[in-house]
Amino acid sequence: MHTVVCIKQVPDSAQIRVHPVTNTIMRQGVPTIINPYDLFALEAALRIRDIHGGAITVLTMGPPMAEDSLRRALCFGANRAVLLTDRAFAGSDTLATSFALSQAIKKIGETFGPVDIVFTGKQTIDGDTAQVGPGIARRLGLNQLTYVAAISEVNIEAGTIIAERRAEGGVQVLQTRLPCLITMLEGTNEIRRGSIDVALRAARAEIVTWNAAAAGITETVKCGLKGSPTVVKRVFAPPPRSEKAFQIDIAGLAPDQMATNALEEVFKRLPSLEKELTNLSQS
Amino acid sequence: MTTKPTPQPGAGGRAGMKKELPERFRSYKHVWVFVELERGAVHPVSWELMGEGRKLADKLGVQLASVVLGGPGEETREAVAEAFAHGADVAYQVASPLLADYRNEPYTRCMTELVNTYQPEILLLGATTLGRDLAGAVATTLMTGLTADCTELAVDADGSLAATRPTFGGSLLCTIYTLNFRPQMATVRPRVFSLPERQDGRSGPVIEHDFKMLEEDVVTKILQFIPDRDSNKSNLAYADIVVAGGLGLGSAENYQLVKDLARALHAEWGGSRPLVQRGWIPADRQIGQTGKTIRPKLYIAAGISGAIQHRVGVEGADLILAINTDKNAPIFDFAHVGLLTDAVRLLPALSKAIRRRIAPNTRSRLVG
Repeated sequence: MHTVVCIKQVPDSAQIRVHPVTNTIMRQGVPTIINPYDLFALEAALRIRDIHGGAITVLTMGPPMAEDSLRRALCFGANRAVLLTDRAFAGSDTLATSFALSQAIKKIGETFGPVDIVFTGKQTIDGDTAQVGPGIARRLGLNQLTYVAAISEVNIEAGTIIAERRAEGGVQVLQTRLPCLITMLEGTNEIRRGSIDVALRAARAEIVTWNAAAAGITETVKCGLKGSPTVVKRVFAPPPRSEKAFQIDIAGLAPDQMATNALEEVFKRLPSLEKELTNLSQS
Repeated sequence: MTTKPTPQPGAGGRAGMKKELPERFRSYKHVWVFVELERGAVHPVSWELMGEGRKLADKLGVQLASVVLGGPGEETREAVAEAFAHGADVAYQVASPLLADYRNEPYTRCMTELVNTYQPEILLLGATTLGRDLAGAVATTLMTGLTADCTELAVDADGSLAATRPTFGGSLLCTIYTLNFRPQMATVRPRVFSLPERQDGRSGPVIEHDFKMLEEDVVTKILQFIPDRDSNKSNLAYADIVVAGGLGLGSAENYQLVKDLARALHAEWGGSRPLVQRGWIPADRQIGQTGKTIRPKLYIAAGISGAIQHRVGVEGADLILAINTDKNAPIFDFAHVGLLTDAVRLLPALSKAIRRRIAPNTRSRLVG
């Protein structure tokens, strides 16, 4: 069983600051992490390998420094790591990203053996689009299972997989054929701690690094800005509301009196709500 | 999932740059809303999108169409009738046993066929688990642009769709265009837009599309559907009153004060993203761009500073009451009423006061 886990190196969102005057992102010194949602995908792949054996290839597209995240993924136990890096990919939107990644996955299949399952996280914390997983699936013609909460069965002989997919109002239990693409839901597992042995091996491991040509990508017109149908025209901070919040005067008051004054103000502004609440509490 | 940088002026050769709309897309016209019908019920986000789609269509001087995919039963026809009551000029109806329950394959095939046949200029979908699963696959098949989780949709003077969404982890907003490709696709999360008023008696032409895919051609099978037990499901998005906490509460234990107030107010409870990241509350209780968008009558934010990603998730509330010790907290820029005090001290008093006020005859219950 050969699985590919797509990960993305993202800035730690808790550390992002916006310059108060210029409204630009202050990136300097912001630490990077593996997109947290991707760790659920990696652990799901590790669990499949625990049962069925085989290998896990982690793949990322990004600048050369994205190697850090790949090495961290190796520390968790992935077998090999592929970094897809080329200036031609700069400025990719989700459509161009899914093209480059799908080409790299094809190349991984040719180089390291056929791929049975491609895993991604549900979405990233910096883009939040959830579009790249389905995009890769379409481009590679893989059966697509998104928002997967649990993988109940992988039957290698029959070439089938049964998974529980989070849907509105419930869970769909779906069966499909391999190869497939799975986006894992958050909170469905917990990434393991790799052993010291694994970590030592990861530190020395060679990261397979491909530029566009090495990944077999000839149509660079489908990559980066050229391959992106969407255009970001404007980045801005939202204007504040014309008036700031009305501050209730609570100077020197005890909490009980503050609460009474606050309710007075709320129900003055929402008289119907008080009636509804009174009716609710009496029924 | 890349977040794109601000475009450099004069960046050459980009696919989306406006020259002139390619010939093959000039016939693309009208605004479409995908109506999400699952197990007999339409997701309210579809009607919310109809309200917004109506405005876009009027501005462009084109028609608003609903696209209803479903099983051969009565509910598909009922959804079409409802679509007219929510503002549709025309409806596309595809009824097939393959579409009775959502699966990516037949839905993607069907939507792609409809778009290629009837050629809309704008296609809007709800950013639900279904809508996002479908939108990503359809946009990739059609090789067009898709903007996820928009918080604002507008039409520019030249008729192109301006889709605004938070970026950089919700710290800024950006406006995204799909200039040279059609349709221009966007998803919008539930409750970002308000529900339009129903107009009974409206009706219009129904275009029935014959979908020829066979069950043998669909690889993925649904073995079972396990409905959620209602008891453990939050109803944040559609709640009338929501109480939420942030890091200003100081500790996970203090979060109980939020739950107590929520109970006194018959409200739903939630929190800001850092609380989920610290494990104080479950992920489905997160309020904000990456959690739930809410439009309650009353929203009480206790100890929440009010980052943009939180702001865009709560701005639809009729009244926002913010409790914070920091007078410079951004939450006071968009809250209506502010209380400059420590939420940990105020919340128990608020719970007590509300009980006294709305249920003076019942003895106040012990709080668990």
